[in-house]
Amino acid sequence: MPVNAVGREIPDEIDGRRLIPFKGAYARRPEGRLHAPKIPPLIKPGDTKVLPSLDDAIDKAEIRDGMTLSFHHHFRDGDMLVNMVLEKLAKRGIKDLKMAHIALFPVHEPLVKYIENGVITSTEGSLNGPTGRAISMGKMKGVATLRSHGGRVRAVKAGEIEIDVNFIAAPTADTYGNCNGLWGKSPCGPLSYAMIDAEHADKVIAVTDNLVPYPAVPFSIPQTQVDYVTTVEKIGIPEKIVSGTTRITTSPSRLRIAGQAIQLLKEAGYIRDGMSFQAGAGGISLAATKFLGDAMRKEGVKGSFAMGGTTRYVTDMLKEGLIKTIFDAQLFDLHALESLRNNPNHVEVSSEMYADIHTKGTIVNRVDVSFLGATEVDIDFNVNVNTHSDGWLLHGIGGHQDVAAGSDFTMILAPSFRGRVPIITDRVTTVTTPGETIDAIVTERGIAINPRREDILDRLHGTKLPIMPIEELMKKIHRITGTPKKPEFTDRIVAVIEYRDGTVIDVVRQKKL
Amino acid sequence: MNERLRRSRLFLPGNNPKIIQDGGVFEADSIILDLEDSVRLDSKDEARILVKWALREVDFGRSEVLIRVNSPETEFFEADMAIISERVDGVVLPKAESRGDIERVSSFLDSIDKGMDKDIVIIPTIESALGVINAYEIASSPRVAALAFGAEDFTRDIGAERSPEGNELWYARSAIVTAAKAAGVQALDTVYPDVRDSEGLRRETEMIKRIGFDGKSAIHPNQLEIIHDVFTPSLEEVKNAHDILVAIAEAEEKKSGVIALNGRMIDRPVVERAKRVIRLAEAAGMDIDRILEE
Repeated sequence: MPVNAVGREIPDEIDGRRLIPFKGAYARRPEGRLHAPKIPPLIKPGDTKVLPSLDDAIDKAEIRDGMTLSFHHHFRDGDMLVNMVLEKLAKRGIKDLKMAHIALFPVHEPLVKYIENGVITSTEGSLNGPTGRAISMGKMKGVATLRSHGGRVRAVKAGEIEIDVNFIAAPTADTYGNCNGLWGKSPCGPLSYAMIDAEHADKVIAVTDNLVPYPAVPFSIPQTQVDYVTTVEKIGIPEKIVSGTTRITTSPSRLRIAGQAIQLLKEAGYIRDGMSFQAGAGGISLAATKFLGDAMRKEGVKGSFAMGGTTRYVTDMLKEGLIKTIFDAQLFDLHALESLRNNPNHVEVSSEMYADIHTKGTIVNRVDVSFLGATEVDIDFNVNVNTHSDGWLLHGIGGHQDVAAGSDFTMILAPSFRGRVPIITDRVTTVTTPGETIDAIVTERGIAINPRREDILDRLHGTKLPIMPIEELMKKIHRITGTPKKPEFTDRIVAVIEYRDGTVIDVVRQKKL
Repeated sequence: MNERLRRSRLFLPGNNPKIIQDGGVFEADSIILDLEDSVRLDSKDEARILVKWALREVDFGRSEVLIRVNSPETEFFEADMAIISERVDGVVLPKAESRGDIERVSSFLDSIDKGMDKDIVIIPTIESALGVINAYEIASSPRVAALAFGAEDFTRDIGAERSPEGNELWYARSAIVTAAKAAGVQALDTVYPDVRDSEGLRRETEMIKRIGFDGKSAIHPNQLEIIHDVFTPSLEEVKNAHDILVAIAEAEEKKSGVIALNGRMIDRPVVERAKRVIRLAEAAGMDIDRILEE
């Protein structure tokens, strides 16, 4: 079996699909032309797009066995549409579906039974929680393909994902298909991840709980891409978008990690006028964002832009003038929603502009510093965010690969161990993001800088920060936790981890139980 | 020899393994492994066993390791003293009221650190009216390196009510600082009990620094940054301290007796103060060479 650039064995082919081994973050040269969507059907003046019910829309879309369906994930754990549609399709006896969702969450646990009984036989999106666990156990007939946000856009544009029907949970839609996420009883903010699917899918169905007269402005999804509009009682629960990710951690060790990360940025010279950063949700990352704002204020620095994951900590920085612009692809709280509605410098962007490597330049390329998480990091700085050290496939990639490859200084912020499991290991269970794109790992017990970044190490000469080689940091942590045994797997591959350029960086095998 | 900085002392409950394990990562000047008030009566044994093992296994980084034993009046005291090993830098003695209390602990320590190349210090905590009255004899007892104040028990003892402004503590605080300084040891203030009130903590720390305390205790790691920040000297103070030390060095070279800087005489307390400012600046991670260049 060929071995890729991060030392993983990648089969030549899986389920009839040829796999290209990963060769390096920027090694693959794109070629060929983009895959084009179908020419839309003829819509004449007076034609109506509004259908009385979701069932009517499913009828009109002529969903059959073997089709590929897509959904955005802006409601995250508060999404209601995916379960609703799949239940209807399962009742109709439709099977062998390919799910090309962006990401599934614990709320989508009902899909586990459809994976088991063959309603769903393969997936092309992120899997957070129960669906990932089921696939780890080998319960799905086909293989799951996991991609980064940018990588998924690339795959749609390259024709590697051909979407038959795209369902858009639309917080507001007008009678002719213009949609936005800003208004209505279930606002989710941007519809960034829905844009590329709406552009490329054969059929696009906007499902809304706030149908308004034509025209709805502003629109994230234009009427030109939408076939049908229908209504349901409720599409999602905005409060669940947050699901615990928008509170700053109170854990002293996690606060220390965030504090050390900002000190590191300061000493490495990144807190400077015109700086840009990637913000995120989650306790440590939020704390880091807040501390970054504090540091910028203290140093009198005015930044350029933040790429969201947007929370109030970022919108407060915009309001205060610490940054000039927020680019937003996903928001996490109501403050961020208010800001996106009212502040012209808070701008919704497509996931393509955010992160797709095969464009003429993404936003991530313009990011100076980013804070990312990890379930494991190895001594080559490779990062795992997909599986836990026990081998269960439990998380999606999100923008991890894209941001790491794009931003100038990528830090992994993570506690040195969780439970008794150390964050640093000699070899990660699964490689999600290659070490060549990771610059530092910051834990409460020490900081390791990727030796490739000699410039940073030079700048940090004489610092009081606890900087040490990653091997030493690993030893320090393992002295407390011990070195865990590696999980055991069968030979069957249940998931393919694509890199953002379409090559394969790793595969996930079925758990041995 | 320079005396040790004790800007912050972080309490770690002796029966909480998770907190003890992380105790060294926050860079408190001292950590206190507590066997006393944060441990319930029915957990004293398990705390003692845990602390004994923590002393062997846990890396407390650059923090001074202190252990708060139960009072000599209790049945736990001797067993607590028995776990003191070479890893321990000092004993925090609660409810100290007389020189006799200190001598009792000191005689135990005599047999413990006999073969060691260091002296284990004692930091008595004044927590009663009698303790305040006897503060000087306590502070000037053998091995005492600092006098600490415990406001919660003190307030109860004198029948006062604890207030946010702390007016009821003025006399005790002043008496403790005065006694400590008369005996030539440090004075360390009580904890700030409201972990979430960072503004209150900052105000109180600024106040106790102004009246002569050398440090403050913390019940939560999140309090350390503010305490350290308050004890960080200003750029002006650092420059001034540096000038004093340079003037001293030059005078010593010239063997001149009276030393003056900008028309002001420099005497020993001024020099000691300047040295302390420089050490506080270093502890805060200030780049002194760069400050002087600018």
